[in-house]
Amino acid sequence: MNILKGSLTIVAVVVLSAFTSVSNGYKVGDMATDFSLENVDGTMVSLSDYTSAKGFIVIFTSNVCPYAISYEDRILALNRKYAPQGYPIIAIMPNNTALQPGDSMEAMQLKAKKKAYTFPYLIDQGQKIYPQYGATKTPHVFVLQKTIAGNQVKYIGAIDDNYQDETAVKTKYVENAVEALLSGKSIEQTETRAIGCSIKY
Amino acid sequence: MVVYIYSMRILSLILLVILLSCKNDANENSTVAADLQKESNIELDLTVYDFEGLKPYLKTMTDSVYVVNFWATWCAPCIKEMPYFEAINKKYKNKGVKVTLVSLDFPRKYESHLKPFIKKNKLTSEVVVLNDPDSNSWIPEINPDWSGAIPATLIFSKDNRAFYEQPFTFEELEAELLKFIN
Repeated sequence: MNILKGSLTIVAVVVLSAFTSVSNGYKVGDMATDFSLENVDGTMVSLSDYTSAKGFIVIFTSNVCPYAISYEDRILALNRKYAPQGYPIIAIMPNNTALQPGDSMEAMQLKAKKKAYTFPYLIDQGQKIYPQYGATKTPHVFVLQKTIAGNQVKYIGAIDDNYQDETAVKTKYVENAVEALLSGKSIEQTETRAIGCSIKY
Repeated sequence: MVVYIYSMRILSLILLVILLSCKNDANENSTVAADLQKESNIELDLTVYDFEGLKPYLKTMTDSVYVVNFWATWCAPCIKEMPYFEAINKKYKNKGVKVTLVSLDFPRKYESHLKPFIKKNKLTSEVVVLNDPDSNSWIPEINPDWSGAIPATLIFSKDNRAFYEQPFTFEELEAELLKFIN
């Protein structure tokens, strides 16, 4: 009987771990970790630096991914609109730069300068942060709301519903989420999917 | 269903101009240019679908096994694993296996990147293009667990189905395929 119990436990552990390996990363409602990551200006940036923020639009993005490039101007626009209202953009580059030299810190600095980024563009050195969030691709957005208990994940997914053509966008997922948070309403779509460039690790 | 057909003529013209502007061995160049011209005169038509149009590629009532790979020319891990899909196609096409390569390249890259890639690598698997920017509406239909990162691959028969959000080696891909054949 004990042997049976033992093997059942093993089976249970195997099954459970198989499940957890599928659902890595945050779900809506989870508390997101803070970090200290290097910005393109050489400073270290943490969420806790933003004492007056109401939350954050954390975007895992990169230099060379065509989808990320397609969204550069829209990310700038989001920061222009929502940083003054307490939801600044925090951009994090998650790729292994040895595998993707186009995403090196030097290349990130050039990109930030060329596009005149008004938000931090951080490098996930050692690639410790993106797996905790569960980011799988660039761009991949996590909208966080500051609560007493920490930064709570409120939205995960895409910026909007058309990566190709900004003028053809019908639903602005991130804007809708932040607007809902600002007006104390519940977010209609808390998770969306979009094609993106897999994070290189 | 939306189907666009793109022609190859512009590219052959560009190739010809590039080749003609080369200043090495004139004889050798003219031969290469002639060969390339011959090759690029073969029309390469792309079949571009929206998700509704792609749906028939994602299910079957036949006894065949289908391998559907989502890729793009800009996706380095996709390009790396492409030869394995081609090898599977060659090795198993007479055993009821059909490989479809679904390109997610942007429309503006069809002439500049996608068509040259297909020709240069002489792809023998069927290539179709999916152009449906509202990807949130169709990604979960392909698989509820797909985050949207590529490469991604679907293997299915009329009874079974598996989805992989990962790159493959040849051995891994073949091992997964054999689960459907045996």
